Amino acid sequence: MIALARLCRRLSTPSLTVGVLWLAGWAVCLVACALCLPACAEPPSVVLWHSYRGAEERALVTLAKTYEKEHGVHVELLAVPFDAYSAKLAASVPHAHGPDLFIDAHERLGIYRQQRVVADVGDAFPDADVAAFDATAVRAVTLDGVRFGVPLASKCVALYVNDEYFVLHFDMGGPQTLDMRTPVTSIEQIVAVRAEMPEGSYPLVYEAENPYYHAAILSGFGGRLLEPDGRYGFVGPEAERSILFVRDLTARQIVPAEPSGALVKQLFASGHAATAIDGPWLAADIGEHVRFHVEPLPSIGETGLPMKPPLTVEAVMLSPQGAAKPEARAFARWLGGTESAVERAMTGGQVVTSIAAWDSPWLRDAFTLQAFRKAAALAEPMPTSTRMRAAWVPAQEAMRRVLRGESPSSALPEGARRFEDALRPPPPPPSPTPLIVVAGLLALAGAFLAVRRAREPTFRAELRASRTAYRYVAHAAVVVVVLVVLPLLAGALTSLFAGTSSDPRYVGLGNYVAILTARGGPLLGHESFYLTLLVTVLWTVCNVTLHLALGVVLGVVLSRPLMRLKAMYRVILVLPWAVPSYVTALAWKGMFHRQFGAVNAILTWLGAEPVSWFSHFATAFSANLATNVWLGFPFMMVVTLGALTSIPKEVLEAAEVDGATRWQRFWGVTMPLLRPTMLPAVVLGSIWTFNMFNVVFLVSGGEPDGSTDILVSDAYRWAFTRDAQYGYAAAYGVLIFLILAGGSRLLTRVGGAREAQA
Amino acid sequence: MRRLEGLFSHLLVGIAVAFAVYPLLWVISVALSPDAMSDHARALPIPEHPSLDSFAVVLGLRDGRTGLFARQVASSLVVSLATAAVAVGVATPAAYALARFRFVGKSWGMRALLATQMFPAVASAVPLYLLLEALHLLDSRAGLVFVYASSAVPFAIFQMRGAFETVPIDLEEAAMVDGATRAEAFWKVALPAVRPALAVTALFAFMSAWNEFILAATLLSRESAFTLPVVLQRYVGEHDTAWGPFAAGAILVSLPVMALFYVAQRQLVAGLTAGGVKG
Repeated sequence: MIALARLCRRLSTPSLTVGVLWLAGWAVCLVACALCLPACAEPPSVVLWHSYRGAEERALVTLAKTYEKEHGVHVELLAVPFDAYSAKLAASVPHAHGPDLFIDAHERLGIYRQQRVVADVGDAFPDADVAAFDATAVRAVTLDGVRFGVPLASKCVALYVNDEYFVLHFDMGGPQTLDMRTPVTSIEQIVAVRAEMPEGSYPLVYEAENPYYHAAILSGFGGRLLEPDGRYGFVGPEAERSILFVRDLTARQIVPAEPSGALVKQLFASGHAATAIDGPWLAADIGEHVRFHVEPLPSIGETGLPMKPPLTVEAVMLSPQGAAKPEARAFARWLGGTESAVERAMTGGQVVTSIAAWDSPWLRDAFTLQAFRKAAALAEPMPTSTRMRAAWVPAQEAMRRVLRGESPSSALPEGARRFEDALRPPPPPPSPTPLIVVAGLLALAGAFLAVRRAREPTFRAELRASRTAYRYVAHAAVVVVVLVVLPLLAGALTSLFAGTSSDPRYVGLGNYVAILTARGGPLLGHESFYLTLLVTVLWTVCNVTLHLALGVVLGVVLSRPLMRLKAMYRVILVLPWAVPSYVTALAWKGMFHRQFGAVNAILTWLGAEPVSWFSHFATAFSANLATNVWLGFPFMMVVTLGALTSIPKEVLEAAEVDGATRWQRFWGVTMPLLRPTMLPAVVLGSIWTFNMFNVVFLVSGGEPDGSTDILVSDAYRWAFTRDAQYGYAAAYGVLIFLILAGGSRLLTRVGGAREAQA
Repeated sequence: MRRLEGLFSHLLVGIAVAFAVYPLLWVISVALSPDAMSDHARALPIPEHPSLDSFAVVLGLRDGRTGLFARQVASSLVVSLATAAVAVGVATPAAYALARFRFVGKSWGMRALLATQMFPAVASAVPLYLLLEALHLLDSRAGLVFVYASSAVPFAIFQMRGAFETVPIDLEEAAMVDGATRAEAFWKVALPAVRPALAVTALFAFMSAWNEFILAATLLSRESAFTLPVVLQRYVGEHDTAWGPFAAGAILVSLPVMALFYVAQRQLVAGLTAGGVKG
């Protein structure tokens, strides 16, 4: 840091310009090199993106090497984090910066086709190959008669059974016993195990609040999340019976409450669960302690229907660039073939879709894989319709409301309403004339004001006097205008459009009208703009007050000259800020778990009742608040420490000599002197907190029922989980901007007025 | 009385330390044993079967990818240091001008600068991508640095302007009376006086680049250029998360930040005792 400061000092202003130029030149060279490199490369090469991890990634790497050796085509792999995968594809492929091939789940094909991320695979999957794959898998990658991928593997959930249970012991006389496994054919068999299990153990663990898992139960009652004609399915008598069934299982302690994926893994792997419903990914985490086997999902006894889990078919897909390259198509075909499939099953543990691979002697004894294949044969492929994406959240919210005690006859239709609301057609395109007229008038008025100002006699003199200053601000102005202002203006303009990014339709102020009228619903109804705004303001005020109070107090205490261990305290207190927040926010979420969280453990230890943190607004809000205060106070503390360095010690000493008490010195001297440096930090802190997306999204996720969502997380939902309504989300962004612009003016004025008094 | 006060402040700081450290102990405990999320609720985060396995996984010792990890660390360092340098370098002269000069467009510029902070970042992601494409800076660390600098510069300007305003103007005026030019007064008088703020601002810029994930994952397409948050996020899958390496990685990622903060906070102490600033 010192070196950095020195470096900055060494560069004088003119050489700073030189430095920027040098940096730009360097960047151009770098790009030139990057552009040149592929041209220099000799062998033909293909680029494949994937988001596989662990064993699946290892198998893929082996395969790429094999293919390279056998076919002389260089395969370049890129493993992308799953959280950024779809966004990265959608951003890069349409601009020809994406891969030739990529591996993804078939249910995203509908969206990818809309975004022009995928192309017809052509001769990578000729008609001659159809018979080589499971029929379901072929169906899954075919949209309107066109094949958009070569199927690789199926994924669906199945029943993991702990071998300690469902075993009949036959006494054969003497020391010998014969153990016989009883297959689990109905869920009632699992329910019956409750009687023989201790408290803290469960007959069945699965993510009961996740609609992906509930889809299987729902099918056992004859329902589905999305009807084939695109109607929302989680409504009506079948849906009601299915969710009440789960509520009953939870109430009878057959299924644990608030079960997360990590909890399912933990309970089953530690032998505290007789069965678990989960996908193939669980098998690798179970370890040595528990012997288990896998069976297809049982049926629901009271209906006699089998549970059909949703099926995901992973396929290698081609971008439009890749589809034009014969090497890419050949590699895609080879990846789906038998040799590759055996490797992927053996090393990667995949339930491969190639039929011939299962004849391999290696796979005949892979019982877990065989069981998952049996389960996949009974499963229902996930719809590829883009409407499916909009169904998850309403279904999940409805499920949670019922599981927390609400009546399904009100919660489920509300879910259907929210689904329709998210997918409502964009308003009719108005004529763009009014906008052009308004823009023209504004431009005219601006020009008029500018000319009038320029004509003022003093203006030229002022401008001339400003020249020195411009030399100091020029770089910053260019950087900010090009990299910040222009992209933001472009982003703001999208708020005038509706529909998806590939099919934008001009709607004028239609998005704003829809938001400000709460889309025709009650003005303070569920997730209406005004209600969310109230929550956001409350969120900001609480956070900034606590940040400031904690930060200033700690900063002042830690700058006391006589304080011992000061350096150590300072470093420790800055830790919440130093550790990446996407990890620590998840740690906080774990701490607030109702059954297994540390916060409730402490409460119980203190003799209080455990709290179900995410089922009430007040507690869920407090959980978010605690997390964000924890994350944010170090910033204010550091700013305070920095600001305190500029307060001359003499002033404080003088006050002390004058007989001011410590309290008087703090309020009378320290605080007024801190204010000018602290004010920008407070304004910025408020703005950041207002837009603090991470914590709300990761800790409460809007629970209960979207009530702890703030404006920015609502905007995010519109952009990413509700049918990609970027225009609508951008309108939220502009409204957030307008509110903040008004709010911060107020704040600066109040702060400034106080400053004037001081 | 003084003793009591000292005791009280230690008590206060002690409570704050407990609040700050407790959740991190959970992260550490998960890093030391992925099974730390136990089958019963516990108030104390003590790992049941501690091992350093997760750290070995992150460092690439298990699959011989240590070299790659080292390059990713280097990549992160380059990107973050460059962001800090660009942000502080671009912002400091501008902040000085905003604190010291009157010029046409000043108040308008300040307002526009503040306004840029109010748009949620999501709004500008797609236009930024197009801009970088036009500049041929996609898939390069230089492009990423530009993007990071764009968000770090406005904050750095605010921070540094505040710092310059606390420096008594008489110091520079005295220097200029003695024959120094305005530029010399800036470099030799004002800048040394705001060194602590400079350090803190650079640290902020460094941190913002060091921990950013979405833009890095979207803009970089070579594994060796990935920054550490991208590497970390690889442990989060669609269906399952490798909590052990995820937590271990988070701890490793925060070590350099802690080291830098340790250095920077010495600057804060230095600022307290440095002479000459106090007019």
